[in-house]
Amino acid sequence: MNNADIAWMLVSTALVLLMTPALAFFYGGLVRSKNALNTMMMSFIALGPVAVVWALLGYSLAFAPGGPAIGSLAFAGLRGVGLEAQGAIPHLLFMCFQGTFAIITPALISGAVAERMRFNAYLAFITAWVLVVYAPVAHWVWGGGFLASMGALDFAGGAVVHVNAASAALVAALVVGPRKDYGRHAILPHNVPFVMLGAGLLWFGWFGFNAGSALSAGTTASLAFANTLLAPAATLATWTLIDLMRGGRVTAVGAATAIVVGLVVVTPAAGYISPISAITMGALGAFPSYFALIYRAKTKLDDSLDVVAAHGLGGATGAILTGVFAEAAWSGGANGLLGGNPGQVLTQVASVIIVLAYSGGMTFALLKALALVMPLRIGDRHEGLGLDVTDHGEEAYTHGDGAILVKPKESSMAHSTVDVVAVHGGGSL
Amino acid sequence: MKLIVAIVRPEKLSDVLEALFHADVRGLTISRVQGHGGEIEHVENYRGTSVKMALAEKVRIEIGVSNHFVQPTIDIILGAARTGEVGDGKIMVLPIEKIYRIRTGESDQDAVTPVHSESDQSL
Repeated sequence: MNNADIAWMLVSTALVLLMTPALAFFYGGLVRSKNALNTMMMSFIALGPVAVVWALLGYSLAFAPGGPAIGSLAFAGLRGVGLEAQGAIPHLLFMCFQGTFAIITPALISGAVAERMRFNAYLAFITAWVLVVYAPVAHWVWGGGFLASMGALDFAGGAVVHVNAASAALVAALVVGPRKDYGRHAILPHNVPFVMLGAGLLWFGWFGFNAGSALSAGTTASLAFANTLLAPAATLATWTLIDLMRGGRVTAVGAATAIVVGLVVVTPAAGYISPISAITMGALGAFPSYFALIYRAKTKLDDSLDVVAAHGLGGATGAILTGVFAEAAWSGGANGLLGGNPGQVLTQVASVIIVLAYSGGMTFALLKALALVMPLRIGDRHEGLGLDVTDHGEEAYTHGDGAILVKPKESSMAHSTVDVVAVHGGGSL
Repeated sequence: MKLIVAIVRPEKLSDVLEALFHADVRGLTISRVQGHGGEIEHVENYRGTSVKMALAEKVRIEIGVSNHFVQPTIDIILGAARTGEVGDGKIMVLPIEKIYRIRTGESDQDAVTPVHSESDQSL
Protein backbone atom coordinates (compact mmCIF):
# COMPACT_ATOMS: atom_id res chain seq x y z
CA MET A 1 0.00 0.00 0.00
CA ASN A 2 1.18 3.54 -0.62
CA ASN A 3 -0.29 6.75 0.59
CA ALA A 4 -0.87 8.20 -2.87
CA ASP A 5 -3.33 5.41 -3.71
CA ILE A 6 -4.98 5.72 -0.34
CA ALA A 7 -5.30 9.50 -0.66
CA TRP A 8 -6.95 9.25 -4.08
CA MET A 9 -9.36 6.58 -2.91
CA LEU A 10 -10.32 8.59 0.17
CA VAL A 11 -11.18 11.50 -2.10
CA SER A 12 -12.94 9.26 -4.63
CA THR A 13 -15.14 7.77 -1.96
CA ALA A 14 -16.23 11.22 -0.82
CA LEU A 15 -16.84 12.22 -4.46
CA VAL A 16 -19.10 9.25 -5.10
CA LEU A 17 -20.97 9.89 -1.86
CA LEU A 18 -21.72 13.43 -3.11
CA MET A 19 -23.48 11.95 -6.13
CA THR A 20 -26.46 10.83 -4.04
CA PRO A 21 -27.33 14.37 -2.83
CA ALA A 22 -26.58 15.50 -6.40
CA LEU A 23 -29.12 12.98 -7.67
CA ALA A 24 -31.58 14.37 -5.12
CA PHE A 25 -31.23 17.82 -6.74
CA PHE A 26 -31.41 16.40 -10.26
CA TYR A 27 -34.60 14.47 -9.50
CA GLY A 28 -36.01 17.06 -7.08
CA GLY A 29 -35.95 19.79 -9.70
CA LEU A 30 -37.79 17.62 -12.21
CA VAL A 31 -40.93 17.09 -10.13
CA ARG A 32 -43.74 19.42 -9.11
CA SER A 33 -43.11 21.67 -6.12
CA LYS A 34 -45.57 19.77 -3.93
CA ASN A 35 -43.35 16.68 -4.20
CA ALA A 36 -39.94 18.36 -4.08
CA LEU A 37 -38.94 17.24 -0.58
CA ASN A 38 -40.33 13.75 -1.02
CA THR A 39 -38.42 13.21 -4.24
CA MET A 40 -35.18 14.58 -2.77
CA MET A 41 -35.66 12.44 0.33
CA MET A 42 -36.03 9.31 -1.80
CA SER A 43 -32.39 9.81 -2.79
CA PHE A 44 -31.14 11.24 0.51
CA ILE A 45 -32.61 8.49 2.65
CA ALA A 46 -30.45 5.89 0.93
CA LEU A 47 -27.51 7.48 2.78
CA GLY A 48 -28.92 6.02 6.02
CA PRO A 49 -30.49 2.56 6.02
CA VAL A 50 -28.91 1.40 2.77
CA ALA A 51 -25.43 2.30 4.00
CA VAL A 52 -26.04 0.51 7.30
CA VAL A 53 -27.30 -2.74 5.79
CA TRP A 54 -24.45 -2.56 3.30
CA ALA A 55 -21.89 -2.44 6.09
CA LEU A 56 -23.63 -5.12 8.16
CA LEU A 57 -24.49 -7.60 5.45
CA GLY A 58 -24.49 -6.35 1.85
CA TYR A 59 -20.74 -5.92 1.59
CA SER A 60 -20.19 -9.48 2.73
CA LEU A 61 -22.73 -10.91 0.27
CA ALA A 62 -21.01 -9.01 -2.54
CA PHE A 63 -17.33 -9.25 -1.71
CA ALA A 64 -16.64 -12.02 0.80
CA PRO A 65 -15.13 -15.09 -0.86
CA GLY A 66 -17.98 -17.30 -2.02
CA GLY A 67 -19.41 -19.04 -5.07
CA PRO A 68 -20.06 -17.78 -8.60
CA ALA A 69 -23.51 -16.40 -7.66
CA ILE A 70 -23.01 -14.76 -4.28
CA GLY A 71 -20.37 -14.07 -1.66
CA SER A 72 -20.60 -15.40 1.86
CA LEU A 73 -21.19 -14.23 5.41
CA ALA A 74 -17.46 -14.12 6.15
CA PHE A 75 -17.43 -10.28 6.31
CA ALA A 76 -20.87 -9.92 7.96
CA GLY A 77 -20.86 -7.22 10.61
CA LEU A 78 -17.55 -6.04 9.14
CA ARG A 79 -15.75 -9.00 10.73
CA GLY A 80 -12.27 -9.19 9.26
CA VAL A 81 -12.69 -5.88 7.42
CA GLY A 82 -9.76 -3.92 8.78
CA LEU A 83 -6.79 -1.88 7.71
CA GLU A 84 -4.95 -4.69 5.94
CA ALA A 85 -4.42 -4.33 2.21
CA GLN A 86 -7.20 -5.09 -0.24
CA GLY A 87 -5.42 -4.41 -3.52
CA ALA A 88 -3.63 -1.10 -3.14
CA ILE A 89 -5.78 0.29 -0.32
CA PRO A 90 -6.99 -0.68 3.16
CA HIS A 91 -9.82 -3.19 3.12
CA LEU A 92 -12.01 -0.84 5.17
CA LEU A 93 -11.61 1.93 2.59
CA PHE A 94 -12.50 -0.51 -0.19
CA MET A 95 -15.70 -1.36 1.72
CA CYS A 96 -16.58 2.34 2.02
CA PHE A 97 -15.87 3.02 -1.66
CA GLN A 98 -18.13 0.12 -2.67
CA GLY A 99 -20.71 1.32 -0.13
CA THR A 100 -21.13 4.62 -1.95
CA PHE A 101 -22.08 2.66 -5.10
CA ALA A 102 -24.55 0.56 -3.11
CA ILE A 103 -26.13 3.78 -1.82
CA ILE A 104 -26.69 5.52 -5.15
CA THR A 105 -27.93 2.51 -7.12
CA PRO A 106 -31.27 2.02 -5.30
CA ALA A 107 -31.66 5.83 -5.15
CA LEU A 108 -31.63 5.86 -8.97
CA ILE A 109 -34.77 3.71 -9.00
CA SER A 110 -36.76 6.43 -7.22
CA GLY A 111 -37.07 8.41 -10.46
CA ALA A 112 -39.47 5.80 -11.82
CA VAL A 113 -41.89 5.92 -8.89
CA ALA A 114 -41.62 9.59 -7.91
CA GLU A 115 -44.73 11.54 -6.92
CA ARG A 116 -46.90 8.54 -5.92
CA MET A 117 -45.04 5.77 -4.09
CA ARG A 118 -45.55 5.75 -0.31
CA PHE A 119 -42.36 6.73 1.44
CA ASN A 120 -42.52 3.87 3.97
CA ALA A 121 -42.97 1.30 1.24
CA TYR A 122 -40.10 2.84 -0.75
CA LEU A 123 -37.85 2.72 2.32
CA ALA A 124 -38.57 -0.97 2.91
CA PHE A 125 -38.12 -1.67 -0.80
CA ILE A 126 -34.69 -0.11 -1.30
CA THR A 127 -33.34 -1.53 1.95
CA ALA A 128 -34.29 -5.04 0.87
CA TRP A 129 -33.32 -4.41 -2.75
CA VAL A 130 -29.72 -3.55 -1.98
CA LEU A 131 -29.30 -6.94 -0.26
CA VAL A 132 -31.35 -9.10 -2.60
CA VAL A 133 -30.49 -7.51 -5.95
CA TYR A 134 -27.54 -5.16 -5.74
CA ALA A 135 -25.20 -7.30 -3.61
CA PRO A 136 -25.38 -10.44 -5.79
CA VAL A 137 -25.04 -8.48 -9.03
CA ALA A 138 -22.02 -6.61 -7.65
CA HIS A 139 -20.57 -10.00 -6.69
CA TRP A 140 -21.06 -11.39 -10.20
CA VAL A 141 -18.97 -8.62 -11.76
CA TRP A 142 -16.59 -7.30 -9.08
CA GLY A 143 -16.61 -9.94 -6.33
CA GLY A 144 -15.24 -12.79 -8.39
CA GLY A 145 -18.64 -14.06 -9.56
CA PHE A 146 -19.62 -15.72 -12.81
CA LEU A 147 -19.85 -12.59 -15.00
CA ALA A 148 -16.24 -11.83 -14.13
CA SER A 149 -15.31 -15.42 -15.03
CA MET A 150 -17.16 -15.02 -18.35
CA GLY A 151 -14.88 -12.07 -19.05
CA ALA A 152 -17.60 -9.40 -19.01
CA LEU A 153 -16.06 -5.92 -18.84
CA ASP A 154 -17.72 -3.46 -16.49
CA PHE A 155 -15.21 -0.90 -15.31
CA ALA A 156 -17.32 1.21 -12.95
CA GLY A 157 -20.81 -0.25 -13.09
CA GLY A 158 -22.63 0.13 -16.42
CA ALA A 159 -24.40 -3.17 -15.77
CA VAL A 160 -24.04 -3.40 -11.98
CA VAL A 161 -25.32 0.10 -11.30
CA HIS A 162 -27.16 1.49 -14.31
CA VAL A 163 -28.74 -1.44 -16.14
CA ASN A 164 -29.49 -2.96 -12.75
CA ALA A 165 -31.25 0.16 -11.41
CA ALA A 166 -33.07 0.82 -14.70
CA SER A 167 -34.45 -2.70 -14.93
CA ALA A 168 -35.76 -2.37 -11.37
CA ALA A 169 -37.11 1.08 -12.28
CA LEU A 170 -39.05 -0.28 -15.26
CA VAL A 171 -40.65 -3.01 -13.16
CA ALA A 172 -41.34 -0.63 -10.25
CA ALA A 173 -43.04 1.90 -12.56
CA LEU A 174 -45.29 -0.88 -13.90
CA VAL A 175 -46.09 -2.41 -10.51
CA VAL A 176 -46.74 0.89 -8.72
CA GLY A 177 -48.68 2.27 -11.70
CA PRO A 178 -48.73 5.72 -13.30
CA ARG A 179 -49.41 8.98 -11.47
CA LYS A 180 -53.09 9.89 -11.59
CA ASP A 181 -52.33 13.03 -13.61
CA TYR A 182 -50.00 11.25 -16.04
CA GLY A 183 -51.21 11.67 -19.60
CA ARG A 184 -54.12 13.87 -18.41
CA HIS A 185 -52.33 17.03 -17.36
CA ALA A 186 -49.01 18.58 -18.19
CA ILE A 187 -46.57 17.73 -15.38
CA LEU A 188 -43.66 20.18 -15.48
CA PRO A 189 -40.31 20.39 -13.66
CA HIS A 190 -40.66 22.92 -10.85
CA ASN A 191 -37.02 23.99 -10.58
CA VAL A 192 -34.81 23.60 -13.64
CA PRO A 193 -31.80 25.30 -11.96
CA PHE A 194 -31.88 22.43 -9.40
CA VAL A 195 -31.72 19.97 -12.29
CA MET A 196 -28.64 21.73 -13.66
CA LEU A 197 -27.03 21.93 -10.23
CA GLY A 198 -27.65 18.21 -9.82
CA ALA A 199 -26.18 17.37 -13.23
CA GLY A 200 -23.08 19.46 -12.50
CA LEU A 201 -22.50 17.84 -9.12
CA LEU A 202 -23.11 14.39 -10.61
CA TRP A 203 -20.41 14.98 -13.20
CA PHE A 204 -18.00 16.17 -10.48
CA GLY A 205 -18.75 13.15 -8.31
CA TRP A 206 -18.51 10.83 -11.29
CA PHE A 207 -14.76 11.45 -11.51
CA GLY A 208 -14.58 9.55 -8.22
CA PHE A 209 -17.00 6.93 -9.53
CA ASN A 210 -15.04 6.16 -12.70
CA ALA A 211 -11.45 7.19 -11.98
CA GLY A 212 -11.83 5.82 -8.45
CA SER A 213 -12.84 2.47 -9.90
CA ALA A 214 -9.19 2.03 -10.86
CA LEU A 215 -8.84 1.43 -7.11
CA SER A 216 -5.45 3.19 -7.17
CA ALA A 217 -3.99 6.54 -8.18
CA GLY A 218 -2.20 5.39 -11.30
CA THR A 219 -2.36 5.56 -15.05
CA THR A 220 -5.66 3.67 -15.25
CA ALA A 221 -7.27 6.29 -13.02
CA SER A 222 -5.93 8.99 -15.34
CA LEU A 223 -7.37 7.23 -18.38
CA ALA A 224 -10.75 6.79 -16.71
CA PHE A 225 -10.64 10.44 -15.62
CA ALA A 226 -9.99 11.68 -19.17
CA ASN A 227 -12.76 9.48 -20.56
CA THR A 228 -15.17 10.75 -17.90
CA LEU A 229 -14.44 14.27 -19.13
CA LEU A 230 -14.63 13.51 -22.85
CA ALA A 231 -17.57 11.12 -23.26
CA PRO A 232 -20.24 13.32 -21.61
CA ALA A 233 -18.84 16.30 -23.52
CA ALA A 234 -19.41 14.39 -26.77
CA THR A 235 -22.90 13.34 -25.66
CA LEU A 236 -23.76 16.93 -24.81
CA ALA A 237 -22.44 18.16 -28.15
CA THR A 238 -24.33 15.47 -30.06
CA TRP A 239 -27.52 16.04 -28.09
CA THR A 240 -27.29 19.74 -28.94
CA LEU A 241 -26.76 18.97 -32.63
CA ILE A 242 -29.76 16.62 -32.71
CA ASP A 243 -31.84 19.34 -31.07
CA LEU A 244 -30.76 21.92 -33.63
CA MET A 245 -31.06 19.64 -36.65
CA ARG A 246 -34.58 18.65 -35.68
CA GLY A 247 -35.36 22.36 -35.79
CA GLY A 248 -35.79 22.64 -32.07
CA ARG A 249 -34.21 24.78 -29.42
CA VAL A 250 -31.44 23.72 -27.10
CA THR A 251 -33.04 23.16 -23.70
CA ALA A 252 -31.53 23.25 -20.23
CA VAL A 253 -33.26 20.08 -19.06
CA GLY A 254 -32.04 18.42 -22.25
CA ALA A 255 -28.45 19.49 -21.60
CA ALA A 256 -28.56 18.24 -18.01
CA THR A 257 -30.00 14.94 -19.21
CA ALA A 258 -27.34 14.62 -21.93
CA ILE A 259 -24.57 14.98 -19.38
CA VAL A 260 -26.02 12.19 -17.24
CA VAL A 261 -26.50 9.95 -20.29
CA GLY A 262 -22.90 10.52 -21.38
CA LEU A 263 -21.63 9.67 -17.91
CA VAL A 264 -23.70 6.50 -17.83
CA VAL A 265 -22.47 5.45 -21.28
CA VAL A 266 -18.80 5.80 -20.40
CA THR A 267 -19.10 4.15 -16.97
CA PRO A 268 -18.54 0.52 -18.04
CA ALA A 269 -15.81 1.55 -20.47
CA ALA A 270 -13.92 4.27 -18.59
CA GLY A 271 -10.68 2.40 -17.93
CA TYR A 272 -10.78 0.14 -21.00
CA ILE A 273 -10.96 2.48 -24.00
CA SER A 274 -8.90 5.20 -25.65
CA PRO A 275 -9.90 8.85 -25.19
CA ILE A 276 -10.87 9.07 -28.87
CA SER A 277 -13.12 6.06 -28.43
CA ALA A 278 -14.66 7.80 -25.42
CA ILE A 279 -15.64 10.70 -27.66
CA THR A 280 -17.10 8.28 -30.21
CA MET A 281 -18.95 6.33 -27.53
CA GLY A 282 -20.30 9.47 -25.94
CA ALA A 283 -21.57 10.71 -29.31
CA LEU A 284 -23.17 7.38 -30.27
CA GLY A 285 -24.66 7.02 -26.81
CA ALA A 286 -26.75 10.17 -27.25
CA PHE A 287 -29.03 8.64 -29.89
CA PRO A 288 -30.83 5.74 -28.14
CA SER A 289 -31.56 7.79 -25.00
CA TYR A 290 -32.58 10.93 -26.92
CA PHE A 291 -35.21 9.16 -28.97
CA ALA A 292 -36.30 6.87 -26.13
CA LEU A 293 -37.10 9.97 -24.05
CA ILE A 294 -39.31 11.34 -26.79
CA TYR A 295 -40.99 8.00 -27.39
CA ARG A 296 -41.54 7.15 -23.71
CA ALA A 297 -43.53 10.31 -23.05
CA LYS A 298 -46.10 9.15 -25.63
CA THR A 299 -46.58 5.78 -23.97
CA LYS A 300 -48.54 4.67 -20.90
CA LEU A 301 -45.30 3.88 -19.06
CA ASP A 302 -44.95 6.50 -16.33
CA ASP A 303 -41.22 6.14 -15.72
CA SER A 304 -41.56 9.65 -14.36
CA LEU A 305 -37.96 10.87 -14.52
CA ASP A 306 -36.86 8.55 -17.34
CA VAL A 307 -34.60 6.17 -15.48
CA VAL A 308 -35.02 3.58 -18.23
CA ALA A 309 -34.19 5.94 -21.09
CA ALA A 310 -31.19 7.55 -19.37
CA HIS A 311 -29.70 4.76 -17.25
CA GLY A 312 -31.12 1.65 -18.90
CA LEU A 313 -30.45 2.50 -22.53
CA GLY A 314 -27.34 4.51 -21.67
CA GLY A 315 -26.01 1.67 -19.52
CA ALA A 316 -26.78 -1.02 -22.09
CA THR A 317 -25.33 1.04 -24.94
CA GLY A 318 -22.21 1.69 -22.89
CA ALA A 319 -21.82 -1.95 -21.85
CA ILE A 320 -22.17 -3.22 -25.42
CA LEU A 321 -19.95 -0.53 -26.94
CA THR A 322 -17.31 -1.41 -24.35
CA GLY A 323 -17.16 -4.75 -26.16
CA VAL A 324 -16.52 -2.85 -29.39
CA PHE A 325 -13.98 -0.24 -28.29
CA ALA A 326 -11.99 -1.96 -25.50
CA GLU A 327 -8.29 -1.64 -26.29
CA ALA A 328 -5.59 -3.76 -24.65
CA ALA A 329 -3.00 -1.17 -25.65
CA TRP A 330 -4.63 1.34 -23.28
CA SER A 331 -5.92 -0.89 -20.50
CA GLY A 332 -3.53 -3.82 -20.56
CA GLY A 333 -6.67 -5.98 -20.48
CA ALA A 334 -9.06 -7.28 -23.10
CA ASN A 335 -9.51 -6.15 -26.68
CA GLY A 336 -12.94 -5.50 -28.17
CA LEU A 337 -14.42 -5.95 -31.63
CA LEU A 338 -12.17 -3.29 -33.18
CA GLY A 339 -9.17 -5.00 -31.62
CA GLY A 340 -10.13 -8.25 -33.32
CA ASN A 341 -12.12 -9.82 -30.50
CA PRO A 342 -15.77 -9.89 -31.70
CA GLY A 343 -16.68 -12.38 -28.97
CA GLN A 344 -16.40 -9.59 -26.38
CA VAL A 345 -19.52 -7.94 -27.80
CA LEU A 346 -21.53 -11.11 -27.22
CA THR A 347 -20.17 -11.42 -23.69
CA GLN A 348 -21.24 -7.83 -23.04
CA VAL A 349 -24.72 -8.40 -24.48
CA ALA A 350 -25.08 -11.52 -22.35
CA SER A 351 -24.07 -9.68 -19.19
CA VAL A 352 -26.63 -6.94 -19.87
CA ILE A 353 -29.42 -9.47 -20.47
CA ILE A 354 -28.55 -11.47 -17.35
CA VAL A 355 -28.53 -8.39 -15.11
CA LEU A 356 -31.72 -7.10 -16.74
CA ALA A 357 -33.55 -10.37 -16.16
CA TYR A 358 -32.39 -10.94 -12.59
CA SER A 359 -33.00 -7.38 -11.45
CA GLY A 360 -36.39 -7.18 -13.15
CA GLY A 361 -37.57 -10.52 -11.81
CA MET A 362 -36.38 -10.01 -8.25
CA THR A 363 -37.74 -6.45 -8.14
CA PHE A 364 -41.14 -7.75 -9.24
CA ALA A 365 -41.11 -10.43 -6.53
CA LEU A 366 -39.94 -7.95 -3.86
CA LEU A 367 -42.61 -5.37 -4.66
CA LYS A 368 -45.38 -7.97 -4.85
CA ALA A 369 -44.31 -9.40 -1.50
CA LEU A 370 -44.16 -5.91 0.00
CA ALA A 371 -47.64 -5.14 -1.36
CA LEU A 372 -49.01 -7.97 0.78
CA VAL A 373 -48.02 -6.18 3.97
CA MET A 374 -48.31 -2.49 3.02
CA PRO A 375 -49.84 -0.40 0.25
CA LEU A 376 -47.19 0.66 -2.27
CA ARG A 377 -48.80 3.91 -3.34
CA ILE A 378 -50.65 6.74 -1.69
CA GLY A 379 -54.34 7.41 -2.29
CA ASP A 380 -55.56 9.75 -5.02
CA ARG A 381 -56.44 12.52 -2.58
CA HIS A 382 -52.98 12.52 -1.02
CA GLU A 383 -51.42 12.35 -4.46
CA GLY A 384 -53.32 15.53 -5.30
CA LEU A 385 -52.09 17.25 -2.15
CA GLY A 386 -48.51 16.19 -2.72
CA LEU A 387 -46.29 13.84 -0.75
CA ASP A 388 -44.32 16.58 1.02
CA VAL A 389 -47.31 17.34 3.22
CA THR A 390 -48.85 13.86 3.40
CA ASP A 391 -45.75 11.70 3.90
CA HIS A 392 -43.32 14.13 5.52
CA GLY A 393 -45.38 16.87 7.18
CA GLU A 394 -43.20 19.57 5.66
CA GLU A 395 -43.23 21.83 2.65
CA ALA A 396 -40.32 22.79 0.42
CA TYR A 397 -41.45 26.36 -0.12
CA THR A 398 -43.55 27.61 2.75
CA HIS A 399 -43.85 31.24 3.79
CA GLY A 400 -45.05 30.30 7.23
CA ASP A 401 -48.12 32.51 6.75
CA GLY A 402 -50.89 31.30 8.99
CA ALA A 403 -48.64 28.85 10.81
CA ILE A 404 -49.78 28.62 14.40
CA LEU A 405 -47.29 27.34 16.96
CA VAL A 406 -48.50 24.19 18.63
CA LYS A 407 -47.63 24.43 22.34
CA PRO A 408 -45.68 21.47 23.73
CA LYS A 409 -48.72 20.26 25.68
CA GLU A 410 -50.82 19.75 22.55
CA SER A 411 -48.06 18.61 20.27
CA SER A 412 -48.16 14.92 21.19
CA MET A 413 -51.79 14.94 20.18
CA ALA A 414 -51.10 16.95 17.08
CA HIS A 415 -48.48 14.47 15.90
CA SER A 416 -50.95 11.67 15.86
CA THR A 417 -53.29 13.58 13.57
CA VAL A 418 -50.80 14.55 10.88
CA ASP A 419 -51.72 11.81 8.46
CA VAL A 420 -55.43 12.00 8.94
CA VAL A 421 -56.06 15.71 8.70
CA ALA A 422 -53.73 16.81 5.95
CA VAL A 423 -55.97 19.06 3.97
CA HIS A 424 -53.84 21.66 2.39
CA GLY A 425 -51.86 21.22 -0.76
CA GLY A 426 -48.75 23.15 -1.61
CA GLY A 427 -49.55 22.29 -5.16
CA SER A 428 -48.67 24.06 -8.30
CA LEU A 429 -49.74 23.45 -11.84
CA MET B 1 -72.85 40.66 -16.97
CA LYS B 2 -71.42 39.09 -13.87
CA LEU B 3 -68.02 38.66 -12.31
CA ILE B 4 -67.59 35.08 -11.21
CA VAL B 5 -64.97 34.64 -8.50
CA ALA B 6 -64.11 31.06 -7.68
CA ILE B 7 -61.69 29.85 -5.00
CA VAL B 8 -60.54 26.32 -5.80
CA ARG B 9 -57.92 23.79 -4.79
CA PRO B 10 -54.61 24.20 -6.65
CA GLU B 11 -54.60 20.55 -7.63
CA LYS B 12 -58.01 20.96 -9.27
CA LEU B 13 -57.00 23.98 -11.35
CA SER B 14 -56.04 21.96 -14.42
CA ASP B 15 -59.38 20.17 -14.41
CA VAL B 16 -61.28 23.45 -14.04
CA LEU B 17 -59.35 25.23 -16.80
CA GLU B 18 -59.73 22.30 -19.15
CA ALA B 19 -63.49 22.19 -18.60
CA LEU B 20 -63.85 25.97 -18.98
CA PHE B 21 -61.86 26.10 -22.22
CA HIS B 22 -63.85 23.18 -23.53
CA ALA B 23 -67.02 25.20 -22.99
CA ASP B 24 -65.47 28.24 -24.68
CA VAL B 25 -65.07 30.26 -21.50
CA ARG B 26 -61.73 31.76 -22.36
CA GLY B 27 -61.31 35.09 -20.68
CA LEU B 28 -60.12 34.64 -17.13
CA THR B 29 -57.51 35.60 -14.57
CA ILE B 30 -56.06 33.43 -11.86
CA SER B 31 -54.05 34.25 -8.76
CA ARG B 32 -52.51 32.13 -6.08
CA VAL B 33 -53.97 32.93 -2.72
CA GLN B 34 -54.06 31.55 0.78
CA GLY B 35 -57.16 31.27 2.86
CA HIS B 36 -59.02 29.57 5.61
CA GLY B 37 -62.30 27.89 4.83
CA GLY B 38 -63.15 25.73 7.79
CA GLU B 39 -61.03 22.75 6.86
CA ILE B 40 -59.07 21.11 9.64
CA GLU B 41 -55.54 22.47 9.85
CA HIS B 42 -52.78 19.98 9.21
CA VAL B 43 -49.68 19.89 11.34
CA GLU B 44 -46.12 20.25 10.09
CA ASN B 45 -42.92 19.72 12.04
CA TYR B 46 -39.66 21.62 11.63
CA ARG B 47 -36.82 20.71 13.96
CA GLY B 48 -38.94 20.05 16.99
CA THR B 49 -41.33 22.90 16.32
CA SER B 50 -44.85 21.78 15.49
CA VAL B 51 -47.08 24.20 13.65
CA LYS B 52 -50.69 24.07 12.60
CA MET B 53 -51.05 25.46 9.11
CA ALA B 54 -54.16 27.60 9.40
CA LEU B 55 -54.01 28.95 5.85
CA ALA B 56 -54.43 26.67 2.88
CA GLU B 57 -53.13 27.36 -0.59
CA LYS B 58 -55.92 28.08 -3.04
CA VAL B 59 -56.31 29.43 -6.53
CA ARG B 60 -58.67 32.33 -7.17
CA ILE B 61 -60.23 32.46 -10.61
CA GLU B 62 -61.93 35.60 -11.87
CA ILE B 63 -64.12 35.49 -14.95
CA GLY B 64 -66.22 38.31 -16.43
CA VAL B 65 -69.09 36.70 -18.31
CA SER B 66 -72.18 37.75 -20.23
CA ASN B 67 -75.51 36.75 -18.70
CA HIS B 68 -76.19 33.58 -20.65
CA PHE B 69 -72.72 32.29 -19.73
CA VAL B 70 -73.22 32.70 -15.98
CA GLN B 71 -74.99 29.43 -15.17
CA PRO B 72 -72.91 27.21 -17.51
CA THR B 73 -69.71 28.64 -16.03
CA ILE B 74 -70.90 27.98 -12.48
CA ASP B 75 -71.96 24.43 -13.37
CA ILE B 76 -68.59 23.72 -14.94
CA ILE B 77 -66.66 24.90 -11.90
CA LEU B 78 -68.96 23.02 -9.52
CA GLY B 79 -68.35 19.87 -11.50
CA ALA B 80 -64.62 20.17 -12.08
CA ALA B 81 -63.44 21.55 -8.73
CA ARG B 82 -65.34 19.20 -6.42
CA THR B 83 -63.66 16.44 -4.43
CA GLY B 84 -66.36 16.17 -1.77
CA GLU B 85 -63.96 16.98 1.07
CA VAL B 86 -64.02 20.13 3.18
CA GLY B 87 -61.84 22.71 1.47
CA ASP B 88 -63.18 22.47 -2.07
CA GLY B 89 -63.70 26.25 -2.14
CA LYS B 90 -66.40 28.77 -3.07
CA ILE B 91 -67.96 30.41 -6.08
CA MET B 92 -69.17 34.01 -5.75
CA VAL B 93 -71.17 35.83 -8.38
CA LEU B 94 -70.93 39.63 -8.36
CA PRO B 95 -72.71 42.25 -10.48
CA ILE B 96 -70.53 44.33 -12.79
CA GLU B 97 -71.13 47.98 -13.54
CA LYS B 98 -69.03 48.30 -16.69
CA ILE B 99 -66.49 46.21 -18.60
CA TYR B 100 -64.10 47.57 -21.23
CA ARG B 101 -61.82 45.71 -23.58
CA ILE B 102 -58.69 47.81 -23.55
CA ARG B 103 -57.50 46.94 -27.07
CA THR B 104 -60.67 48.11 -28.87
CA GLY B 105 -62.46 50.24 -26.33
CA GLU B 106 -65.54 47.99 -26.71
CA SER B 107 -67.65 47.85 -23.61
CA ASP B 108 -70.02 45.56 -21.75
CA GLN B 109 -71.48 42.66 -23.77
CA ASP B 110 -69.03 43.19 -26.64
CA ALA B 111 -66.12 43.28 -24.26
CA VAL B 112 -66.79 39.82 -22.81
CA THR B 113 -67.67 38.10 -26.09
CA PRO B 114 -64.78 35.79 -26.95
CA VAL B 115 -62.77 36.77 -30.01
CA HIS B 116 -62.67 33.46 -31.81
CA SER B 117 -60.01 34.29 -34.34
CA GLU B 118 -57.62 34.93 -31.48
CA SER B 119 -58.95 32.47 -28.99
CA ASP B 120 -56.07 30.06 -29.46
CA GLN B 121 -53.64 32.58 -28.12
CA SER B 122 -55.66 33.55 -25.11
CA LEU B 123 -54.95 31.87 -21.81
